[in-house]
Parts: sequence; structure tokens; C-alpha cells
Amino acid sequence: MDVTERSPGAGTAAAGMDMTAGTDTASDLTDASGRHPIIHTEGLTKKYGSKVAVSELNLDIYPGEIFGLLGPNGAGKTTTTLMLLGLSEPTSGKAWIDGKDCTREPIAVKRTVGYLPDNVGFYSDMTGRENLRFTGRLNGLPDDLIEKRIDELLEKVGMTEAADQKTGTYSRGMRQRLGVADVLMKDPKVVIMDEPTLGIDPEGMRELMELIRRLAADDGRTILISSHQLYQIQQICDRVGLFVEGQLVACGRIDELARSMRQEGVSILETAAFPDDTGFRELLQSLGNVDSVERTGDFYVVRSRYDVKRELLRRSLEAGYTLSLIRQRENDLDEIYRRYFEEAGEEHESGDGKRAKRFGIFGKAGK
Amino acid sequence: MKAETVREQSVSESSARPENDMGTRERSRGKAAHNGRAAGRSRARSGLYALYRKEMADHLHSGRFLIVLALILLTSYASLYGAVSNLSDAVASDSDYIFLKLFTLSGSTIPSFTTFIALLGPFVGLTLGFDAINSERSEGTLNRLISQPIYRDAVINGKFLAGATIILVMVLSMGLFIGAVGILKTGIPPTAEEVGRAAVFLLFTAVYICFWLSLSILFSVLCRHAATSAMLGIGLWIFFALFMSLVASIAAGALYPINDTATVGQVLDNYECQTMINRLSPYYLYSEAVSTIMDPTVRTTNLILPQQLSGAITGYLSLGQSVLLVWPHLTGLAALTAVMFAGSYIGFMRREVRSR
Repeated sequence: MDVTERSPGAGTAAAGMDMTAGTDTASDLTDASGRHPIIHTEGLTKKYGSKVAVSELNLDIYPGEIFGLLGPNGAGKTTTTLMLLGLSEPTSGKAWIDGKDCTREPIAVKRTVGYLPDNVGFYSDMTGRENLRFTGRLNGLPDDLIEKRIDELLEKVGMTEAADQKTGTYSRGMRQRLGVADVLMKDPKVVIMDEPTLGIDPEGMRELMELIRRLAADDGRTILISSHQLYQIQQICDRVGLFVEGQLVACGRIDELARSMRQEGVSILETAAFPDDTGFRELLQSLGNVDSVERTGDFYVVRSRYDVKRELLRRSLEAGYTLSLIRQRENDLDEIYRRYFEEAGEEHESGDGKRAKRFGIFGKAGK
Repeated sequence: MKAETVREQSVSESSARPENDMGTRERSRGKAAHNGRAAGRSRARSGLYALYRKEMADHLHSGRFLIVLALILLTSYASLYGAVSNLSDAVASDSDYIFLKLFTLSGSTIPSFTTFIALLGPFVGLTLGFDAINSERSEGTLNRLISQPIYRDAVINGKFLAGATIILVMVLSMGLFIGAVGILKTGIPPTAEEVGRAAVFLLFTAVYICFWLSLSILFSVLCRHAATSAMLGIGLWIFFALFMSLVASIAAGALYPINDTATVGQVLDNYECQTMINRLSPYYLYSEAVSTIMDPTVRTTNLILPQQLSGAITGYLSLGQSVLLVWPHLTGLAALTAVMFAGSYIGFMRREVRSR
């Protein structure tokens, strides 16, 4: 997917990079296909006392991309977003957005970056429209542009009817949608959203996801979403970064991650057969290199170290079963995440129990 | 050297226009960069202005402000009533500066206006500022606010300026209210000097209340909960208004003890120590300054001995001389305000703001 061509911001982003290239961003940021990252971090680290919240983060996000920053609570996602916005000072390392140093030029960064915080708040005794107007004024926009943009954005997020109610009366979903409008008031190139889907009903979630997708596809904005809700993010992200204990354990397209996972020897197969008796389960278990067989609803989930499709077909035919379902599970972020999480857990031996427990909760939240 | 000549030649050979063009472009680029920076600055300032406007609107629409205003006007009226009822007695003994007496005279049961303000002024300041920052934090608006392209100090500045404007308006309106009612009641127009003294008094009052505003903003930065910062502010207010004099006399008694056989020197030392400790309190500073400003017969704020007064001609101090006497008080109050401000800046700049 070539994002650079349809992204209006790409040209200026490149110019911005050139300007700073002479100073301290000497490293060549262009990737193989010639794109300049709009968000770039080098060894970004944040420590609170002895606790490392974010450790040596190297991240490149390209214009027009929807990037998902995923991880359980306390993994360092919010800390990362705060450092990108210049709201928190990194202990070491650097971050650039659109060629601007996030620590040294926070004002310039905040001009191009919109931030939708976790559980966004509004002045409850002002109406939605007044809140947006205030944001517009803070950004130094002229009054006529503010009014025009407010109307457009309210229309876009579907809040036109509720615009003149006080925000104190808003529901959580409405606040979130107004938050999106608020972020867009400054016409940002980059939008950072912290847990945007938290506490929103399925219908609201679907609308929000659609809205986010449109922001990237139609307006060419770069979007960074931090979340622990894997399934929603999976639907819209171009690439994801998995965060565990302050470290980016994996980063890439979801199908790439799945592929690398399969290469490492994990294959997950969904299968069902007729007649559906215990014999089939035994057959599945008797296949070579099968780690586990689980019954989920009306099909089995078979985890194995390599692809067992061929063997399964042959054996079930011999045993007189008719396979009614056979599907390789591929783009399942939850699986990928579980896999990387286990790996990270093996690396740090200490505190394993605690981590595993937290992951259990996290896994449920994902579903 | 050679390179120099070669370049000069080439310049003279080529037509002058491209060179000129280059120059203009260079300059215009410099100008554009300058404009860009200026625009950035003016945009940042517009952020301050937007905040100021919003805070003003918030104050004016809030019920809290109306309650404070009502309280202030009520006390002004009560003290004025007391002053007017006792005015004829006071005028009988000293018929000068009747206008000023409206502010300083106390009724038989009602304290004077200046006393009232010294006591209630802190309340106004605290009310306007105690939840300035922490309510934004608990409402979840603070991180949205500081992720906008404004400097962080603009948040504190905007809030302080809005509060200070409200205070100024409030103080002026109550001064005018007292003046107007007083003139109607007594029928005596104030002299220019009296108006000047009243104006200085109102200025002092505004600075005094602004000190409490900046103190409460400092607490609102430091405390997570609005209730904590309100309690801290009220605690300090009561301490300064009621207990500071007790503390001062105890401390002075410990440092310069007076017994039955104390010499004059010891008594003087004790008294001076007590005054100096008292002056650490903004409440005392304000009261002392205001009583000097509003009473032209006050010649000094320090202790004066009868020997020093011998041969002095009784008379009134001019406004300029009175202001000179209390100049240190004004700078002291302003310095205290600045210290509170610095504290808020330091506390707020380095604070990491997370969601509620």
C-alpha cells in the first residue's frame, strides 16, 4: 500500500525532515520504499525512580498509517504517548514528529498533533459547541474558520443535534465523539488516541472505528491508537506494535506477525467434522506435534508446532470422518499477542506469576 | 585571495539582476522566518487571551462568584451603616477627612470597613483560586488543555489574570459603592486628597486579595483534591488573622523576656521583635498599611518615643508621605505574591499530567 501518494501531508513532512537533517537527526530515516516516517523515536526511555516505564523504544510510523500500540495496562503505552506530545520528559532518547523534536519544540509538535486522552473531559457547564470554540481559540484560529470547522466536525462525528447541550449531560460515547471533533479542530497531521474504545457500546464502537478509518483514508492523517482491546484495533490498524513491560516486543503488519509466528512453529487450526463424536477428538490428539486440542463452541481449536492440515485430511478420510470445517487461524491478534507475551515472560523469569495473572485478565478484556 | 577576485569577476560579468534577486530572496526568507516566529508567538499569546476570556466567563457565570459578591456588598453596607451612625460623634472631635472616616470608623457593634476587608479579602481570593488547576485535572480537561499549542505558564497566567480582573472590579465597585452612599448620607464631597487616599487603599486591597489568589492557585497546583487545597488556604487564613499575633507575642517573649525589673531597652526590644514577626503575616502588613493610608495623623508604623516627638508640630501627613511610609508594605505584599507565583510555576511546569 503506498500511502505517500495520497497523503497531502507527506510533502511537507519530507521538507520538515530535511530541515532538521543537518542538526541532530542525522540518521537516514527513509525506509526501503522511500517513505519518511512522520513519527520517529530513537532509544526513547522513561524511568520513574527505578521502575522503567518505557525502555529503548525505536519506532517509525509513516504518514497516512493507522498504527496500534497494544499492550496490557501499565505496559507504558500512555507514557509513550505523553512523551510524543512533549507532556512528559524522556529520561533518555529522542522523539520526532513531523521533523520536530518532541521535547525541545513541544508547541510546534502540539500544533500538528491532536491528542485524544483516555477518558476525555470537557468543561461541563459549557455546551459542546462552546468547548470546541475554546479549543479553536487556543489554537489561534480566526473566528470564521472556527465556526465553519465546528459545523463541519459536528456533522462528521454526528453530534449536530447535541451540540448546544451542556457537555455535563453527555454520555460517554457522546463525549468520545466530541473528543474526536475536538482533536480535529486544529486540523492535525497526526492524531494520537489513548484507549478510544474504552467503555463504549458496540454500536458506538463500530461508528468510532468507521470514523477513525475515514480520518486516515480520506484525510490522510496518521493515527496512533493505544489500546488493550485487541479485537477492535485489529479491524482497523495497518500495523501494530506490541508492548510488554515497557518494551516493544513486536512490531509490524498483523499478517506479518502471524507469519513470523508460524515460522516460529505455532499453527492454529479450527476444525470440525461429521460425525462429531469423541473419536474425532482422539484423532486430533493423535496427530503429530499437536500441543493442545480445545473445544470452542461447535468446533475444535488445534494448536500444533507445524501445519497438520495434510495429515488431518488424510487421517480423517481414513477414519471415515467428513470434515465440515478446516480453517487456518491467521490474523488473530489475540493469538499473536499471547505468543509474544509468553516469550517475553520466558525472558524475564522474575515475577512470572504476576504477569501471567495480569495477562489472563487482559486476554478476557480483549474478547 | 585568488578565489575572491575570481568571484568578484564572475559577479561583475553576470548581470546584476540575479544577484539582486538572490539578495531579495534571502531577505524575504529571513522576513518570512521572522514572521513565522512572530506568528507563533502571537498565536501562543492568543492562547493566553482565549484562556483569560474563558476564565472570566466562568467566574462571571458561577454561583460562587455571585455569593462572594453578595457577601462583600453586604459587609460593605453593614460597615457603612455602622460608620454613618457613629460619624457625628467622630466629626465632633475631629472634623477633617470625613470621607475617609466612612472607611475606617467602626460602629458600636460592627467593625469598620477596613477591618472587614482585611478579614474577608482572603476569603475572596481563596474562593476564586482554590480549585483552579486541580478541578481541571479531576474533570479530565487539563491534559486536553495542555496538549493544545499553548505554553504551560499561560494556563496559570490566564487563571491568575482572570481572577485578578474580577478582584479589581469587585474592589473598585465596592469602593465606589461606599463612596457614593457616603456622599449621599453625609452630603460632604471628598477632597482630591481623600479620593487619592481611597484609591491607594483600594489598590492595596486589590494587591492583598491577589496575594491570596496566588496562594490558592499554588495550593491548587500542589494538591490533587480541591477540598485539600481549600482546607490549606482556610487554615492559613485563620492562622494569619487570629493566631499570628499570639505566636508573635510568645516568640518575642521567649527571645526578649520581660520581667518586673525589665529595662526600657528590653521592653523596646520585645516590642520590636513582636512587630517584626507580625509583619511576616500578610494580614498584619495589609492592616498596618491601610491604617496608615486612611489616617493622615499616623506618622510612623514603628515605635516612636515621646522624646522623638518633642517639638514636633501636630499636623497631617500629605498623601505622598503616607504612601512613602507604606511603600515597603506594598513591595512586601507584591513580593509574597511573586513567590507564590514562582511556586505555582515550578510545581506546574514539571508536573506530568495524566488522565484523571
